[in-house]
Amino acid sequence: MKRVLTYGQAINEALCVAMRQDRNVITFGLGVDDPKRIFGTTEGLVEEFGPERVFDMPTAENAMTGVAIGAALNGTRSVMTHQRLDFFLLAMDQLVNNAAKWSYMFGGKSSVPITIRLILGRGWGQGPQHSQNLQSWFAHIPGLKVVMPSTAADAKGLLLSAIFDDNPVVYLEHRWLHNIEGEVPEGDYRVPIGEAQVLSSGQDVTLVSFSYMTIEALHAVEHLEKQGVSCDLIDLRSVNPIDWPTVFESVKKTGRLIALDTASQTLSIASEIIARVSMELFHELKSPPVRIALPDYPTPTSPALSEKYYPRAEDIMQAVADLLNMTLDTDELIQSRTSPHDVPGEWFKGPF
Amino acid sequence: MTLLINNIERVRLLHGVKRIRCVEETIAARYSEGKMRCPTHLCTGQEAVAVGVCATLRNTDFAVSTHRSHGHYLAKGGDLSRMLAEIYGKSTGCSSGHGGSMHLIDESVGFMGSTSIVGGTIPVGTGLGLSVSLKGTDQVSCVFLGDGSTEEGVFYESLNFAVIKQLPVLYICENNLYSVYSPIQVRQPANRKIYELARSLGVPSETGDGNDVLDVYAKTSRAVASIRSGGGPVLLEFSTYRWREHCGPNFDNDIGYRSEQEYLDWKQKDPVEVFEAKLCGDEVLSKEALSEMERSIVAEVNDAFAFAENSPFPSPDQLGKYLYKEDEGASL
Ligand SMILES: Cc1ncc(C[n+]2csc(CCOP(=O)(O)OP(=O)(O)O)c2C)c(N)n1
Ligand SMILES: [Mg+2]
Repeated sequence: MKRVLTYGQAINEALCVAMRQDRNVITFGLGVDDPKRIFGTTEGLVEEFGPERVFDMPTAENAMTGVAIGAALNGTRSVMTHQRLDFFLLAMDQLVNNAAKWSYMFGGKSSVPITIRLILGRGWGQGPQHSQNLQSWFAHIPGLKVVMPSTAADAKGLLLSAIFDDNPVVYLEHRWLHNIEGEVPEGDYRVPIGEAQVLSSGQDVTLVSFSYMTIEALHAVEHLEKQGVSCDLIDLRSVNPIDWPTVFESVKKTGRLIALDTASQTLSIASEIIARVSMELFHELKSPPVRIALPDYPTPTSPALSEKYYPRAEDIMQAVADLLNMTLDTDELIQSRTSPHDVPGEWFKGPF
Repeated sequence: MTLLINNIERVRLLHGVKRIRCVEETIAARYSEGKMRCPTHLCTGQEAVAVGVCATLRNTDFAVSTHRSHGHYLAKGGDLSRMLAEIYGKSTGCSSGHGGSMHLIDESVGFMGSTSIVGGTIPVGTGLGLSVSLKGTDQVSCVFLGDGSTEEGVFYESLNFAVIKQLPVLYICENNLYSVYSPIQVRQPANRKIYELARSLGVPSETGDGNDVLDVYAKTSRAVASIRSGGGPVLLEFSTYRWREHCGPNFDNDIGYRSEQEYLDWKQKDPVEVFEAKLCGDEVLSKEALSEMERSIVAEVNDAFAFAENSPFPSPDQLGKYLYKEDEGASL
């Protein structure tokens, strides 16, 4: 029987499954037990697992990350949650200098199984300090694993894999995904870290995407199909490690690559995709690869500025049209939208 | 200490708290129109700290603040119209629409900026103090901070440095008992006070009633005098209470993190009404003068909203502006 959950509920279920299965799993962070329960994702946890395993914390991101690391050395698996990635920047020291290096610098004597859940903000004027997508910072650090699920099933499967991985995993969840729905398997369902998923198969162009951009890409693919263009849409799911065989195989087939990213373009994950494909498959490419990402500016707050800042499905369609040297109609897609550009849907009324 | 404060000054303080109240409550009333599209943290209930503190400061003194900065910006003298235009995302906003409610600035009155990462401006205000001391002026740098931010490492690191260098920094901690929906009891030990903590770090410190603008004014006057005369940093902890939800225009006493009764108890200590009743009772202010004050505040606030609503949005090609200093004003 099909079981449909939201992305947020899928995260909640993964936490439940992990905590039932292993008493060593704990979760903490500002607001995990407050009335809003991190947008519902920590619903019911303190009731079932008690305040020793599910607790609020002081506004002390760096120290509490170090605390999670120390606890991990003695077998406690922490899932730490932050309502915005931006708030976690205070803890880069503990994450990068300690967690990411521990196994290596002590010759594999011990490792740090922690999961850091960070929410990526967008829309309703989140602005310069509440909407940064710094996945490439994390992915750049050897010793960290970085996952960015875009479907409800992957939200669950990757969180369970992250929690039971013996290494530090940064789990990036986009605020605009919390309410998307999808079929989610029951029980201890795991998606391996480092495996991409092909969400649609085609001949003309390869789209490599992850996180919220995959939703825009799905819209684009749907409208492209109506106009006779077929794409491979690869949802990376993990941005470190990256599933290169899946990417290469697709580009060999299509000869055309568009890499999508939710971050500013320079030195992005999309840049890395293009770099590696160019290095490995230079002679198979029919045209120069394309990157669709944010401009190299901080996020502006005014809706008049953010409208142009974020690329959307029509920009993907346009890039495909340019690559194929054809004209495509984006009107239908644009007209199918019912919400203003700075909210994901009716459910999101701001301000957070 | 007896406080020498004349009646004109008292009336000015009342005007200050009433004006901020009116601004915040008008934002709350209009927020659901969907035209102020950014996270907005209102300070209704906490106005007396901003007003009492800033009344002791000069335009040349500095102030920095947090995500909840409307009151601080306004009390320091920041331009109301430009603040509202910023919240509406307009090009006439104090940050040209790039920042929104959480990023206010008016350097003409020493308001050097508010930011939204908890604790983020504590060292910045300390650095303004360092610069003042290097330049040898008698300015004061005022840092507005919340109880939550004292849990960040940067709080200790900044106070420690300010003590070593005896910097002219006034740390104003508004203890409103909550960080978002987390009560202070789950974040800090029950019997440890923030002002005692500051003392033990070497920063002279006191606590006061943050809902009593005269108490705030008296304690801050004394602190500022000491700082100006080279006495080094001071921290004042004022107890107060946020009336509305952490972020946004509504009330949220029903969602379960605090009780309606707690809110009602604090409402009894309304920094605006209690003070107003006192001034009227003491016949410092006549009924007519009070209505005239209210009328002029409402008129000013309505004008400022009209300015904000009628201002143009920034043009999309402004997106890349201001990234670096040399870009500033290129096409204004
Ligand atoms: C480093 C960091 N952690 C968490 C947050 C989320 N956050 C925004 S406001 C806030 C409350 C801070 O409480 P306090 O300093 O007491 O200020 P108040 O909201 O009560 O005015 C928190 C935790 C943040 N902005 N920055
Ligand atoms: Mg507080």
